[in-house]
Amino acid sequence: MLKRIFDEEGAKGALIATVSTLVVFGLVAWAITASPNWDLVQRQFFSAEHFAGSWPRVLKGFWINIQLFLISMLIIPLVSLLIAVMRSLRGPGFFPIRLMSLIFVDLFRGIPLYLLIVLLGLGIPTLRLPGVPNSARFWAVTALVLSYSAYTAEIYRSGIDAVPESQRASARALGLTQWQSMRFAILPQAVRNVVPALMNTVVSLQKDVALVGIVGVRDALREADIYTDRFFNFTSYMAATLLFLLISVPLTRVVDWYVARDRAQRAQVMA
Amino acid sequence: MTSISGAPKLELRGVHKAFGDKEVLNGLDLVVNEHEVVCLIGPSGCGKSTILRCVDLLDPINKGQILLDGVDITLPGTDANSLRRRIGIVFQSFNLFPHMSVLDNVTLGPRRAHGVDRTTAETKARELLDRFGLGEKADDYPNRMSGGQNQRAAIVRALMVEPEILLLDEVTSALDPELVGEVLGVIRELSSQGLTMVLATHEMGFARDVASTVAFLHEGRVLESGPPGELFEHPTQPRTQQFLQRVTEAGRL
Repeated sequence: MLKRIFDEEGAKGALIATVSTLVVFGLVAWAITASPNWDLVQRQFFSAEHFAGSWPRVLKGFWINIQLFLISMLIIPLVSLLIAVMRSLRGPGFFPIRLMSLIFVDLFRGIPLYLLIVLLGLGIPTLRLPGVPNSARFWAVTALVLSYSAYTAEIYRSGIDAVPESQRASARALGLTQWQSMRFAILPQAVRNVVPALMNTVVSLQKDVALVGIVGVRDALREADIYTDRFFNFTSYMAATLLFLLISVPLTRVVDWYVARDRAQRAQVMA
Repeated sequence: MTSISGAPKLELRGVHKAFGDKEVLNGLDLVVNEHEVVCLIGPSGCGKSTILRCVDLLDPINKGQILLDGVDITLPGTDANSLRRRIGIVFQSFNLFPHMSVLDNVTLGPRRAHGVDRTTAETKARELLDRFGLGEKADDYPNRMSGGQNQRAAIVRALMVEPEILLLDEVTSALDPELVGEVLGVIRELSSQGLTMVLATHEMGFARDVASTVAFLHEGRVLESGPPGELFEHPTQPRTQQFLQRVTEAGRL
């Protein structure tokens, strides 16, 4: 960012930006730490002792968050792509398929994620169904996958719809079946259209994984909860916050970088 | 698919096609004989493109018959995918796939739809691309090429299956004027080889030059048709006269 200022405004501009930033942030930091309640805040949220005390457990919990995030990341793109393709099939014979896809999306996009996790994560294990996993963790992740797949399917579908109808016609005219047209002509273009939107979903998913804590999965947030309940100190939450930020901020930067690059490439092609 | 000997290559009988309330083809009759080049002319919206799309079964017709070698291809049992090996179509806006090289664009149909292996398909593709002056462009992407090159590549793509009939839908309308010539040159060469073609076109000069029959469309029907000399010099219908008059005034004939 500073480099861009330097490129556009020169050394003087960069200097002004640096100094003014230091002054503004310095003032804010001073105002916060000088306030009469800062001691209280520091004790409650930034206690070194409690940070050290809670860190190992929160970190261990966060490892679960990472695992669940990665598992969901593998499944969601496949399920959502399938749902989106089902929705995009043409012809009266495929009506039931389209309807199934529609119901899936309406249902799982319509239910609040929190509610869905409680419903599946707490509800299904109580049934003790034979041959079905009974762990809250399994069903919490399933809820996450269903909800995110519904959203992601709509992203894919918007990408598919954005490919001009003429592309489909020309694929069909070559003798390709509906499915082949989709696979070779439409989907590669559709996916490229929506990569930025998909990457934003990834950022959001990485944070929403913390919701599995509500059904008792001992992830970072749940571990922080347990610690706070015991010591009545919120520093453990700050530990969890730090861990989530460590992943989501770089991830967001990567997405921004990718979107900017993609836009630049497209602009070049148009020119 | 069987064929009936003596039948015209392509025949449309009483074809009706409506989009919503809008009647686009209104009992259209048309005959295209083997080795013939039929040019469809007429004002915008008269149904030229719709005819071509209906013949390739990209749009279903509401009523009537479309016969290829005397066999009705609009009957429910027709396998549209195998029919499209016999009919090639080229669109106004090329419709090449932007994410594929020219070579992949051209070989996609044969490789995926017709089970031709990659080597065979690519050898043939390079041969055809060479013939139409695109040998150097085989590995380029469509957005790197001019409109004329795109359109020639699209024609090569349609020719890969050696269609019995080629449909060309205003293939020069989206081109800069100086690029029109190279595409018309390709079509002229194809007609000299005896390929049966149906062209929807605004290029009256070219139609006069290359067509064996010119058909003037009005309100979803062929109002008048005949050899180009006859139709352009002595149109009998007032509508045709009026249309040609306007075209002449615009300097397009």
